[in-house]
Amino acid sequence: MRAVWTIAKRELCAYFTSPVAYVFLVIFLLLTGFFTFTAGNFFERGEASLAAFFGWHPWLYLVLVPAVGMRLWAEERRSGTLELLLTMPVAPWQAIVAKFIASWLFLALALALTFPVILTVNILGDPDNGIIAAGYVGSFLLAGAYLAVSCMTSAMTRNQVVAFILSVVICLFLILAGFNPVTDLLTRWASPAVVDTVAAFSVVTHYDAFQRGVIDLRDFVFFLSVIGFALFATGIIIRGHRAG
Amino acid sequence: MIRIENLVKTFGSKRAVDGVSFNVERGEVLGFLGPNGAGKSTTMRMITGFMPPSAGRVSVGGHDVMESPLAAKRLIGYLPENAASYPDMTVKAFLDFAAELRGLEGSKRKQAVNRVVELCFLESVLRQSIDTLSKGYKHRTCLAQALIHDPDVLIMDEPTDGLDPNQKHEVRNLIRTLGKKKAIVFSTHILEEVDAACTRAIIIDRGKIVANGTPEELREMSELAGAVTISAHGATAEKLSELGRVEDLGGAFRVYPKDKRQAPELARGVVEMVSREGWKVEGMYSERGELDEVFRRITLPDTVKR
Repeated sequence: MRAVWTIAKRELCAYFTSPVAYVFLVIFLLLTGFFTFTAGNFFERGEASLAAFFGWHPWLYLVLVPAVGMRLWAEERRSGTLELLLTMPVAPWQAIVAKFIASWLFLALALALTFPVILTVNILGDPDNGIIAAGYVGSFLLAGAYLAVSCMTSAMTRNQVVAFILSVVICLFLILAGFNPVTDLLTRWASPAVVDTVAAFSVVTHYDAFQRGVIDLRDFVFFLSVIGFALFATGIIIRGHRAG
Repeated sequence: MIRIENLVKTFGSKRAVDGVSFNVERGEVLGFLGPNGAGKSTTMRMITGFMPPSAGRVSVGGHDVMESPLAAKRLIGYLPENAASYPDMTVKAFLDFAAELRGLEGSKRKQAVNRVVELCFLESVLRQSIDTLSKGYKHRTCLAQALIHDPDVLIMDEPTDGLDPNQKHEVRNLIRTLGKKKAIVFSTHILEEVDAACTRAIIIDRGKIVANGTPEELREMSELAGAVTISAHGATAEKLSELGRVEDLGGAFRVYPKDKRQAPELARGVVEMVSREGWKVEGMYSERGELDEVFRRITLPDTVKR
C-alpha cells in the first residue's frame, strides 16, 4: 500500500512540476464556464439547477481527460523509466493503480475548483443540493472511466499523440452508444433489446441517472467495472511489453 | 548470489539469449562482454525481473525471480541502459522516491540519500532538476538510485557509457570497491574495463556464452599470448624460426610458441640464442595477449556474416 502511495505522490508532483496541470486547470475551468453560461444558456433556463453545467461534461471530458491520461505509461516507456519502475520491489498492479489514482485525484481537484457554480445557483435560487451532489459523484465516476481507458491506450504505445487519439475514439464510442440521435437511428432496424444492450454500454445512460439525482448501485457498478476492466487490460498490455 | 540456468529468451523466431548459464558469488565482479545485440541487455533484464525468460531459471539470493519477484528485486540494485530517470524531478526528489520505494523511511532514508550523494558526488546538483544535468551527472544520479538500499546484488548495463575518461575512472574504482562485498554484473564493450574492474569476464555472442574466465585466462586464449617480440641488431628471421613461427614486424620480430604451454621455454630459448649469436638487443618482451584480439577473434566472423 505504501508503494502505491509513493508512486501516486510522485505522479501527482509530476503534474504540478510541469505546465500540464496549470494549463489543464485553466482550460477546464474556462471551458466549463463557457459551456455552462454561454452555450448552455444557464441564465435563460430560469432553473435553480446545474443541468447546464453537468450536461456538457461527457463532451468536455472526451477531449480533456485523455490529455491527462495519455502520458501515464507512454512517457514511461519512451524515456525507459518503465524498466526502472518495474525492477523496483513493486508489483505491476501497484504501479497501475497508483498512477490511475494520482490522475483521478488530479481530475477531482479540477472538478472541485468548479465550486463557484454551486455558489452561483445557491445565491440566485434555491436548488436541490442533493441532486448537485449526485451530479458531482456521477461526473467524478465518468472522469474515472475515461481516465482508465486513457491509461489503457497510453500503455499501448510510446507515442502520446497516438494514445490520445485512441482514447478519444474509444470514449466517443462509449458516449455515442447511448446518445439519443444514435439510439434513434438504431431503433429503425434493430430490435429494442439490441438497442438497450448497446445503450447499456454507454456512459451517457448511466451518467444521466446521476444528473437526475438518482444514485443507483447499478450505475456505480457500471463505472467501476469500466475502470476495473480498463486497468486490468492495462496490466495485460504492460505484461505483453515486458515479455517482448 | 546470482544463479542462472539455461536462460533462453526468444523474440518471435529470433533467439536473443540462447541457453546462458552462470553463477556470480559475493565478492565477484563479472564483466559481461559482447558485440551490440549479443543479448547482454536482455540477459540483464531477465535477471532483474523486468522480462520473464522464455525458458530457464534465474535466482537471486536464493529467490527465484519469477516465483518470488519482490523478494528478489529487494536484493538487486539496477542501473538500466541509458540510465533512465524522471527528467522533471530534482535529484533529491528522485533519490527520495527511490528510497521510499525501497521501503526506507524517515531518518534511514535521509542517511541512505546522504550516503549515495557522497558516493556518487552529487552534492552540487542536489536541487537541480534532472533534465538540466549533463550526461555524466544523469548517469551518476541513476547509479545513486541503484545503490540507495546498499544492495547485495548490483546489475549495471553499460555503467560507463557516455562518461568522460575521469568519470569512467571514478565509476570503475567504485565498482571495484563495491565488488568486495557484493555480487556485481556489468556489461560493457570497452575491454580495458575488464582489466580495470572485473574478477571474471564472460563473452557472449548471438545469445550464447563463447568464453568465460578471469581476464588472465581470456587473455591466454589470445594467439599473441606467450609470443616473444624482439628487436635486436643482427637478428634474422631465419635463425629465429628454429624456435617457432616468426612474424616480421619491420625492425622487430615476433616469435610465436609452437605450443601455448611452452611459452616460458620460448622466452628462455630466445635469450640463449641472443647470447649465442651475440646480437645486440634493443628491446625484448614477452606478450601477455590482448583481450581485444580474443574478443575480435571469437565474435568477428559472426558480425561479418550478419
